[in-house]
Amino acid sequence: MTVFFSQLINGLSLGSIYALIALGYSMVYGIILLLNFAHGDIIMVGAYMSWFVMNQLGLGPVTAVCASILTCTVLGVVIEKIAYTPLRNAPRLSLLITAIGVSFFLEYTAELILGSGAKVIPAYFTNQVFQIGSVNLSLTTILTLVVMVASMIVLTLLVQRTKLGKAMRAVSEDMDAARLMGVNVNSTISFTFAVGSALAGIGSVLYCCSYPQATPTMGSMLGLKAFVAAVLGGIGSIPGAMIGGLAIGVCESLVSAVGLSAWRDAVTFAILIIVLLVKPTGILGRQVQEKV
Amino acid sequence: MSKAKAKYRALKMPVRYIINTVLVAALFLGLQLVSQTMLSTYQNQVLLLVGINIILAVSLNVATGYLGQLPLGHAGFMAVGAYTCALFTKYCTWPEPLAFAAGLALGAAMACIFGILIGIPALRLSGDYLAILTLGFGEIIRITLNNIDNVLGFSLFYGAKGLKNIPKYSDLLSVFLCVVLTCFFIHTMLKSRHGRAVLAIRDNEIAAESCGIQTTYYKVMAFSFSAAFAGLAGGLYACYIGVLDPANFDFMKSIEILVMVVLGGMGSMLGSILSATVLTILPEALRSVADYRMVLYSVVLILMMIFRPGGLLGSYDFSLSRIISKVLSHGGKEETSHE
Repeated sequence: MTVFFSQLINGLSLGSIYALIALGYSMVYGIILLLNFAHGDIIMVGAYMSWFVMNQLGLGPVTAVCASILTCTVLGVVIEKIAYTPLRNAPRLSLLITAIGVSFFLEYTAELILGSGAKVIPAYFTNQVFQIGSVNLSLTTILTLVVMVASMIVLTLLVQRTKLGKAMRAVSEDMDAARLMGVNVNSTISFTFAVGSALAGIGSVLYCCSYPQATPTMGSMLGLKAFVAAVLGGIGSIPGAMIGGLAIGVCESLVSAVGLSAWRDAVTFAILIIVLLVKPTGILGRQVQEKV
Repeated sequence: MSKAKAKYRALKMPVRYIINTVLVAALFLGLQLVSQTMLSTYQNQVLLLVGINIILAVSLNVATGYLGQLPLGHAGFMAVGAYTCALFTKYCTWPEPLAFAAGLALGAAMACIFGILIGIPALRLSGDYLAILTLGFGEIIRITLNNIDNVLGFSLFYGAKGLKNIPKYSDLLSVFLCVVLTCFFIHTMLKSRHGRAVLAIRDNEIAAESCGIQTTYYKVMAFSFSAAFAGLAGGLYACYIGVLDPANFDFMKSIEILVMVVLGGMGSMLGSILSATVLTILPEALRSVADYRMVLYSVVLILMMIFRPGGLLGSYDFSLSRIISKVLSHGGKEETSHE
């Protein structure tokens, strides 16, 4: 039972990171229907930034966290401006292939500059372990969960209560109609990318708290799993991303706990396939009628 | 024009087939001569790899260019074909040509079955979902190949250690024959009623469906053909390289094939063939900048999508009939001027 609970907590912690990344996917997908393959690699860049600031420049963890999040945000917007804006009216397939191209560009540029070996990121803070009954609860886990919930709340408020949030919802509903109503579509889309990438930055910092190393390809699998989480929860839905992320995280931990860790990734994709077959809109997604 | 067309029609189908066959045979003999007299062993190996990559690119083009979907698990089908063929040829005691042919056929058939199994659920979805679903299937195939021996408790696939001692049957003749067969089959399929249905689905699925085309059937058909030829290429690859490791069939491999198709032009067989050739030879020729290869790949991919989304050749395709008709119409014009 103790093992079960500690694995459950591990899973929740991992799931929170998936949820944060899934949100970025979900928001971008909701607004321009693009599966942003580069999203996972933004996390990788954030992790390297932490390493660079703390290990190479020798600055404090607060600077590192700020630098990571800022870099991710700027990178997200730059990618959108350079690679995706020229393709606003192109077929979806072109956009998707461009996204794959951007993802590979980031991965291999990182490998070229920094080598394929792992860079160890210094600890952001000294980890403490609390005992609750017989279950160990580390400060990292608590922090991850708290940050995730706080981010969700802030994001929900942003989308539901502010003018920018309203613009985002309008553009995702109907881009042309939103433009006619005076919404600046381009800046709204850039803003969405900025928010999504900032969340990826937060996710990257949290991920590095638990798994303190950076490799060029760390983002691709992380990104894919986050996408699975977004699909599971219902793409375009904020609470959906949270539920999906947590579910995937817990599933993975439990699969590892029963000794099948080699099959972890396969189980995640199997979940994706089952969800897509049974309920393609996900747990909280809504059905979109196809218009002819 | 009508006169030229009439002349061109006068060239009967069997005649055109004979011309094509003769040209293909000439091409093979030329290649054989070049490979025996001018190329080193290493260059001959690259030549075989070119052939295998051509089959991969042309087969992926069926699903991407002609059907308009984006499968990202092509390497998975290749792995299925490769492992099937490898295991068959390794443990089969038949004489070489027979065992090799049977192994290839078996590999293609197995990949085709997987294509149908994956295609039926996957093709109910479209666009990004299909991409990510096929990616998931590809990864599942790779992970399964890596771990299945531990689960079942016997040594057959050898997981990450690699399946070794596969007989190296692939030679220029067999690879060339497979390339020709693949191109011929896919070309004739596309010019048939089935192929036109597939193209109609790509151009407008809803319109095609309302014209009475069974979209699901044709999508699965095209998808499983694409998978079967990937399996064939996998079989050739297994008997070319001699050692199989599941890591060779990861997501990267799928993307590499996709880049070939996109670069050559989605929907152009000639484009796929040319870009597969160039993209196989180029990295070998540019060993010194191998580190930059993937960065270059990705930049080319992005720039291509922004500036020339149709690929280098677009949907242009080489057609001997068209050249013949051009030559004939030219001759026809001369005749008319004489009169």
